Amino acid sequence: MNNAVPFEWIAAVRFLREGRLQTAFIILGITIGVAVIVFMSALLSGLQVNFLDRVLTSSAQIQLLPLDQVARPLFASDTAIEDATAQRPTQRIVSINQWQKVRDRVAQMPGVLNAAPTMLGSALITRGDASRAVRVSGVEPDSYFPIIRIPDFLTEGKATLANDEIILGTDLATNLGASLGDTVNVRAASGNAVILRITGLFDLGNKAANESVSYVALRTAQSLLGQAGAVTTIEVKIADVYAAERLAQQIAAANPVKAESWIATNAQFFTAIRAQQSSNTLIRAFVGLSVAFGIAAVLVVSVIQRSKDIGILRAMGTTRGQILRIFLIQGGLLGLAGAIIGCLVGAGGLVWYHSLIRQADGSELFPLLLERQMFIVTLGLATLTGLLSATAPALRAAKLDPVDAIRG
Amino acid sequence: MHLEGIRRSYNIGMPSEIEILHGIDLDLHRGEFLALMGASGSGKSTLLNIIGLLDRPTAGHVVINGIDTASLDDAAITRLRGHAIGFVFQEHHLISAFTALENVMMPMIVDRNGGSDAIRARALGLLEKLGLAHVGENMSSNMSGGEQQRVAIARALAMQASLILADEPTGNLDSQSADNVFDFMRQLNRDEGTCFLIVTHNLELAQKCDRIITMADGALVPV
Repeated sequence: MNNAVPFEWIAAVRFLREGRLQTAFIILGITIGVAVIVFMSALLSGLQVNFLDRVLTSSAQIQLLPLDQVARPLFASDTAIEDATAQRPTQRIVSINQWQKVRDRVAQMPGVLNAAPTMLGSALITRGDASRAVRVSGVEPDSYFPIIRIPDFLTEGKATLANDEIILGTDLATNLGASLGDTVNVRAASGNAVILRITGLFDLGNKAANESVSYVALRTAQSLLGQAGAVTTIEVKIADVYAAERLAQQIAAANPVKAESWIATNAQFFTAIRAQQSSNTLIRAFVGLSVAFGIAAVLVVSVIQRSKDIGILRAMGTTRGQILRIFLIQGGLLGLAGAIIGCLVGAGGLVWYHSLIRQADGSELFPLLLERQMFIVTLGLATLTGLLSATAPALRAAKLDPVDAIRG
Repeated sequence: MHLEGIRRSYNIGMPSEIEILHGIDLDLHRGEFLALMGASGSGKSTLLNIIGLLDRPTAGHVVINGIDTASLDDAAITRLRGHAIGFVFQEHHLISAFTALENVMMPMIVDRNGGSDAIRARALGLLEKLGLAHVGENMSSNMSGGEQQRVAIARALAMQASLILADEPTGNLDSQSADNVFDFMRQLNRDEGTCFLIVTHNLELAQKCDRIITMADGALVPV
């Protein structure tokens, strides 16, 4: 025994060591609980990231659009309406009013990482006898590609866009019989046409998108669609994807635009994610509770078994505070030891499961997310759970009357 | 130690209220070797608990080294008990998670009384004095009853307490071991000047003490 180590720590460790079997069983229980929590949390995080990636690959987290064009009834006088029927007007392609100001203001909002202007419209792409209707997205690569990560999905070429260049989906290129470096003719409904060279081909993992999406430089799209200097949308990237709806409402309230978050446009998907998070939280809470009760039960038994020891310790000058700490430390150590092993088992199990379960094409089903922060939080929470679970038994031990305790 | 008008009642204020000790006056002096005798239920253990500051009297004063313990809070009482009083029980009550040497070191570790080396040296010295140097690293389960009780005595002496309270320390030992343990206590009393108050039913042993205090029905019986 070393006097440099507080007596409470020495006694706590010795008591745990002496009750080896009891200690081993409760650590096993904590290990299983923590391993389940780590496995489930990391698995669900990975699946969620995968789902989010799929949803947010080809669409921004918040999209700003011009306000709807609304027909207003004519008033013959202050009270009488001249024409009671207001026909809904056609939604022409119009620019966001003062889009530069809106973009700059939004880009400076807290939580917003990037805002990119785009010009969207429809066109017909032809090459030889082949032609396809496509959605043309006019973008500034520097601001747009950090939001929609087209460079990550390029199968050929590069993600640069000069005024005479175009990037196409792989399926669209196949349908047109075009390859990298070929030229295509792009014609808008207005009759404007432009010849563009294919500099990149991408695969978003979605056939419909690969068949119908194309990217050109912003100026090229503006010129093609007859909207010089205009943009039809501003794509916004934010730090916390789950804050998208709140931020969208803030943006819409402060600017003359309509703001649509990915949460609103993918309401069912978002509800599924929320349900998944809730069930995961519930599972963690119940596992945590069962671990806590397990620790408390073992320590209550330990207090009863050691009541004579407690009495003797009190007789030889151990204070109630020291007795309290001896049992609190035991709870904390049990939680920490079980959590360390549980983290290793949970992480190991997930790595094994990750290698076992693959998609049909052999790619991973979900990204392996084993973040240091998750382990730190798990270790901290498990230790805290151990301490809290030990509180009642420790108080009971500290309150023991030495005479009664020695008598047993 | 000076005890004056010590009374101890249980179930106070209830119909079942009962007074175990009825105003006990007693003085214990350094270097004394006393036997406390009495029939079961006479209040010996209750008195011993009060003298050992494990229990508080309902009325009366316990004064140790000039300090009236009635004015002390639980922490101060615990501290005083750790420094001034050592206990030897009928069962050895060694803490099984520790070796014999560690059991002897324990009161000094709890009190953080000196460095590790000094504590270890004192504990080893006590074990040697009691002829137990060879069992220092043994757990209590690997020692005989007599050895266990002598380790318990060494533990009681670790803090150089001025008073050792021994509650039937030889009660569970065979006569040979009992004689040995008793002789050890007597020897330590002479060498260290430590006051021993020994509760015993063994008249033969009691007669070897300097003084015999007899209790009956919660009061001291005049000899």
